[in-house]
Order: sequence, then C-alpha cells, then structure tokens
Amino acid sequence: MLPIIFVLPLLQLVILSNAATFEVKNIKFGYIDNDHTSTSRDLVEKFNASTYFNVLTNFSSEALASAAMLNGEVDVVLQIPQYFERDLQKEKHNSLGVSINAIDGAAAGVENVYVTQIVQGFNQNIKVDVLQVSDKQMQAIRIETIPLFWYNKTLNYKTFMVPGILVLLVTMITLFLSGMNIVREKEIGTLEQINVTPIKKSQFIIGKLFPFWLIGMGLLTVGLLLAKLIFNVPMIGSLPLMYFYTSIYILVILGIGLFISNFTDTQQQAMFIAWFFTVIFILMSGLFTPIESMPKWAQTITEFNPIKYFVQVMRMVMLKGSDINDILPQLLKTAFYAFIMNGLAVWSYKKTN
Amino acid sequence: MNNNNVIEVQNLTKMFGDFTAVNAISFEVEKGEIFGFLGANGAGKTTAMKMLIGISNPTSGKANVAGLDVYKQAEDIKKNIGYMSQKFALYDDLTVKENITFFGGIYGLSRKRIKEKSATLIEELGLESVAKKLVGSLPLGWKQKLSFSVSLLHDPKIVFLDEPTGGVDPITRRQFWELIYKAAHQGTTVFVTTHYMDEAEYCDRVSIMVNGKIEALDTPKKLKQQFNVTNMNDVFLKLARG
Repeated sequence: MLPIIFVLPLLQLVILSNAATFEVKNIKFGYIDNDHTSTSRDLVEKFNASTYFNVLTNFSSEALASAAMLNGEVDVVLQIPQYFERDLQKEKHNSLGVSINAIDGAAAGVENVYVTQIVQGFNQNIKVDVLQVSDKQMQAIRIETIPLFWYNKTLNYKTFMVPGILVLLVTMITLFLSGMNIVREKEIGTLEQINVTPIKKSQFIIGKLFPFWLIGMGLLTVGLLLAKLIFNVPMIGSLPLMYFYTSIYILVILGIGLFISNFTDTQQQAMFIAWFFTVIFILMSGLFTPIESMPKWAQTITEFNPIKYFVQVMRMVMLKGSDINDILPQLLKTAFYAFIMNGLAVWSYKKTN
Repeated sequence: MNNNNVIEVQNLTKMFGDFTAVNAISFEVEKGEIFGFLGANGAGKTTAMKMLIGISNPTSGKANVAGLDVYKQAEDIKKNIGYMSQKFALYDDLTVKENITFFGGIYGLSRKRIKEKSATLIEELGLESVAKKLVGSLPLGWKQKLSFSVSLLHDPKIVFLDEPTGGVDPITRRQFWELIYKAAHQGTTVFVTTHYMDEAEYCDRVSIMVNGKIEALDTPKKLKQQFNVTNMNDVFLKLARG
C-alpha cells in the first residue's frame, strides 16, 4: 500500500503539471482577405510567424469560413475588410473582424488576447472587433480590451501549476486515507474491539491522525523535490514556513476525513462523500479558475475551502517569497479550521451507542 | 445483594424504536463463575452483552459490572473487563506479536509487562513458529485462541465471550474450553454465549434467553431436572419452541 500511496500521486504530479496548462497552442487559424494588398498580406504573415497559430486557411467568403468553423475545422477567423490598407493610411485607424469559436470560453478568451496582441503589434491603430461564435448562436460581442498582464509571455505555467497540483495530491491522499480508515475498522469489526478498551477518544483520534500526517508530510517532501528537480520551480520563500503551514493544513484534511469516517457505515459511503467534497474543494479552490470571477455566493463558499488557502499559501511562499506575516490570515483560518474539524472528529467518535 | 457478585442486572431493557431487543432481564453472576448465556439467534444475547461491556446504552433498568454502573462508569468498566467478539477482531494485518503489543499498550501495560505477557502467551498457545506471521494468515481456531488470550492480557475481573467457538473444529473447541477453565480457576469470571449445548453443560450456571427475556436460569443439572430431560439440548428446544 505504501508504494502506491507515494508512486501514484507523484506520477500525477508529473503528468498533470505538464498537461494542465492555460496556454492555447496549435490554434487553427483562417482568414478572409478582402483587401489583397501588401499590408493585409503582412498582417497574415504575422500570424503565420506566431508559434500559437499554425494552420492557415484562406477563405474566399464569409459563408465558407463560418461553415468551416461550425465543422470545427477552424478556431479563429480574421476578416480583413476591403480598402484596409487605404483606410489605415488615410484615416490612421481601422477595424478588423475576428470570429472566435467560443465553445471553450476559456480558450476563446486566450485566443482573443493572442489575436489582439499580434494585431496591435502590427499596428497600434487597428481596433479588433471580436465576434464570439459558439455552436448554436452567432452573436457579435464587443469585447473591451483585456489587460495584458493576465497573459504574460514570460510566465511559465508549470511554475504556477506545480505548487497547486502538489496541494491537490497531498489533500486527496490524506483525505481518502483518513476517510476510509475508521469506517474500514467498523466493517472489519476491530473498532468494536477498540471500543471495549479504556482508550480515550482523543487518544484514538490522535493515534489515527499521526500516521497519515506523516504520510502527508512525506508526500510534500517528495513532491517539492520533484518540483525542484523536474520542473525547476523557483522556491523563493522559506521552506520551514511551507512545512509549518502544511503541517497544520493536513490536520484540517485529516479531521474532515475522520469526521466522514465516523459518520458513515461503509467504505463506499465514505468514498462517495470524500469525492463530493474533493471535487467541490478542487474546482472552487482557485487552482483552475480564479475565485474573483465566481459569483458572490460561490466566493462565500470558498471561505470554507481549505484547499483555497493551501493553494494561496503555496503560491505565495514558493513563488513570491511571502513571509509569515503575509500568510497570517490564511494561517489563522487554517489553524482554526483544524481545531474545529478535529474537535468534531473526536466528538463524532462514539464508543458507546 | 451479595458482595460476591461481579455482575448485577435488574430489569435491563434495550429498545430499538418499537422493537424490544432485551426485555427487562435480571440476573447476577458470581465471582469466578462460568456463566453461560444461551439463546437462539436474535434472542437478544449480543445486545444484552453489549450493554454490559459499555458499548451500548441501555434504554432502562440497572446494571453493575465489577461494581461499576454501566451508565456512568462505562469507561471504568472497560478497564476491568475483557471482550472477545463473535467476529474475529484482532488486526489481520499485524503479526501475532504486534497484536499483543498493541492491545497491551491500549490497556496501559508497561513495556516490560507486555514482553513477559507476550512470551508466556505465545508459549502457552504454542504459537512460537508463527509469532512473526500476520494474524490474517492463521487458521480460525488459532485466531480464536489468540483472541481469547489477548482479551485476558490485562488480567480483567470478567471476560465476556460472544460465541467464541463458532465455526471451529471439536478439538480446538475442547482446547478452548480448557483455556476458559484455566482462566476461571485463576479467579476470572467468564460470561459466555454459545449455541453449542454440550458447551452449556460445561458452565456453572446458564441462562436461556427467548425473545429478549430470560426464561430459565440455573445450573445445567437443575435445569434438566426442571424440564425433565436428559440433556441441555432438550431444555433449549423446549424453551425456544415455547
């Protein structure tokens, strides 16, 4: 069991860190050149030179382009209007039409930024009108310029993702192990044997916590080593601080796990509930989608999401070099959470029914 | 009330919703006695036993175990009793020695004492060759004997055995009862449930539970006289069939 506990998550770390990226590459690009001038050809050449856009298709009409988009043959279509070169020279500004397949909204947003950047790099005076196209409806949306700090060419996504994924692994492993644990003893019958001994409830819970806590810390250690060796993630902040925070954080997760374990009768039930919380915690952690863009009520819920704090702290300490004062709010909330969850774990463990 | 009683039960009742699992049972068990607690499946034996060992709260009635109240002093009772459940309940994924050390530790025995105890226990049960093997790999009969010995590790005043010999062969059953006699001889009170009527004959006194009530309680000899039969099997059948 121990090799499984260590090897599988670390494989996940390597695979997911390479796979989970916000970069959009190999964008299928098409254009409709109604101008046929050297300027329009130069613009298309800019896209050709970019590493993000690869397939270049010249459509002769808008109808053909939109048919291709419906078939998924093209992601982005650039429309260069007639008299593009002339108007640009005469009026010193001009507009271009861009249609983006927005079935995957996140990818479309990124593509929009790419296009805008290339066009503005080509000529500051061109305005890009974006038409977002999804499968069912075609509507022209005027997108305001998205600030470019969000997309930063020098930002290495792996640096950003590795600490987050490490957080997930430590969380999932410790939650599942602890969640399955007491309920497993219920199934086997050893818990009854424990219940007829004079062991104190808190002793029992501490005895259950400790091995998993060690495993969690071990996972963190191996994960950090891999992050450094394979991904060369910068570790600007203090390592002891990361360990200190994690040691408290794992207690929260173990408390939740043991609480689940106490309330369930079978490992299946425990597994199901643990999954339920894991999925919510992960998707609402700010790891994949920014919390700021969630609706207000969802943002309130994330206040109760331990993973959110862990992701924040890991990124802050590892990448920004934050010190204990910077992470104090997260630290205090986590410590309070740990206290509550383990209190509940002790309370919900009933030796007498 | 007799000072010699280690278990005193009065009108002990356990209800699950509308269902009365244990219906106002009363009895006493004397120190050093082997007390047989018989009954058909579902008669309420295990439920009654669970109330006495402090893992199930009674609905009503009174019960004292080792002079302690089951309502208020359940945790203190646990220091004074041993328990072996129907289901084998040692850790399959620990070795024989590890199991002994673990339970010894839980009962607060010193390291030295645990070492001594585990050495004698392993020797008495003839488990030297498998002391470092996982308990899960042992035959059931060996497991049961080990489980019984572990329940006696902390020298409890009373040991509760819930169908200890279920599913084991006659030779092992015989050896098991020798262990029980030995414990009783050393002053431990034995409270045992069983389905085997030949085992009932080995008990000093037996009670027979039917539908949550104790219908008969006496020595095997007197019960046979009372029901005018030659063996305990017939006593049981007469009672259980109503």
